[in-house]
Amino acid sequence: MGEKIKAKIMDARKIKRALNRITMEILERNRDLNNVVIIGIRTRGVYLAQRIAEIIKEIEKIDIPVGILDITLYRDDFSALHPQPVVKKTEINFPVENRDVVLVDDVLFTGRTVRAAMDSLIDLGRPKTIQLAVLIDRGHRELPIRADYVGKFLPTSRREIVKVHLKEIDGQDEVLITEPSEIQ
Amino acid sequence: MAFNRKHLLGIKELNKDEIMTILDTAESFREISVREIKKVPTLRGKTIINLFYEPSTRTRSSFEIAAKRLSADIINFNSSTSSVAKGESLKDTILNLEAMRPDAIIIRHPASGTPYFLTTFCKSSVINAGDGTHEHPTQALLDALTIKQEKGDFSKLKVVIAGDILHSRVAKSNIFLLTKMGAKIVLSGPPPLVPVEFREFGVEIDYNFDNALKDADVIMMLRIQRERQGKNFFPSLREYRNLYSLTPERMEKAKKDAIIMHPGPINRGIELSADLADSSKSVILKQVENGIAVRMAILYLLLGGGGK
Repeated sequence: MGEKIKAKIMDARKIKRALNRITMEILERNRDLNNVVIIGIRTRGVYLAQRIAEIIKEIEKIDIPVGILDITLYRDDFSALHPQPVVKKTEINFPVENRDVVLVDDVLFTGRTVRAAMDSLIDLGRPKTIQLAVLIDRGHRELPIRADYVGKFLPTSRREIVKVHLKEIDGQDEVLITEPSEIQ
Repeated sequence: MAFNRKHLLGIKELNKDEIMTILDTAESFREISVREIKKVPTLRGKTIINLFYEPSTRTRSSFEIAAKRLSADIINFNSSTSSVAKGESLKDTILNLEAMRPDAIIIRHPASGTPYFLTTFCKSSVINAGDGTHEHPTQALLDALTIKQEKGDFSKLKVVIAGDILHSRVAKSNIFLLTKMGAKIVLSGPPPLVPVEFREFGVEIDYNFDNALKDADVIMMLRIQRERQGKNFFPSLREYRNLYSLTPERMEKAKKDAIIMHPGPINRGIELSADLADSSKSVILKQVENGIAVRMAILYLLLGGGGK
């Protein structure tokens, strides 16, 4: 089963602009930057989190701690998955207790990943706030979850697939909408 | 990375990829044990039975802690305080426990092959926690994880396994695992306890322990299993100690950065000098720590997905 590309929604320049704006909003909302930590959700949220931290460093000359969260162990769809998903490390080398945590992911869809991420995070400590930044919000929420910072709202149908490619692992920056081609 | 098995019976039937999957998964699980809240919800609602027909400190408690850190419910079953003491057969005991719908049975038994026997009539996953003189797969896996952390690449290593090889399921599982990963293995010990037939597993044998130790990277010492020895396999404990005890002097023969491993329980002063057991070369307690992560990985890989 192949899939065909329907549209290219963002290129490198647009992604960069969206991240710049998200970063400005994070700076605006969090007066005490020293209390902010950024945590990326594996896999692509991690690179977006690192990019946001770099932009903050450029502007404010401050190093914000960046952590990596693997939500595999907190998924709610285990019994539906076979074989079991690969577990990777969670790497958060700082306490989250009482910090303002900005969670970062590439696409916000059903909200189930974010639910798992929040549960996982709260097991590590009690953050003062958890804020959510996503590059794409494609709608179709199944849980009462919303993002605080959104790169782009992208109305989609459920059939469509939103693909975020980042140069750190995919070779280039772009956001695509694809659709599975008909099976004959 | 794939792991599609229902049971873990031994290392022999695993391939290199499956072993690496287990080790990589275990590496990811280590971090959970250093958290303040050492628990993830992954195996919530799964029931595991810990069925031990032989004494154990490490393995039983390690499996219990691993299961609890994954939020599974685990029941400890001790043969001496159960209906086994009233004459119930193994199969009847298992069938009765199965009727309580567990998802996995972890079994240790003095008879080799017992875990396999269980799989012929059990619906649950069966995990071998040591069967007779056959295999002890989770021990070999935690040893491999420790070696990987300390030494990296297996293929360049010389591993010496010394002591009561004949009765050791730990030695057998380690031989299977380390030969698959490309390490060079040298066995040493009194000839009656290190039969030449072991060469068929692709290992070398050197009855002179001092020779065997030359340029070793990893030295794995084993306990004399007197409970399994019906007769005398060597003249005296004193002679055994003279020829096969790992002492600081003997340790000089190995590489400078060589590590000492032991599956426990240690008989201090017999196979391993007390000084060495507590020295910086000893990774014995790291082995125990890694045991939790490896057993979490096994439980996750066997019980984590759906529809097997």
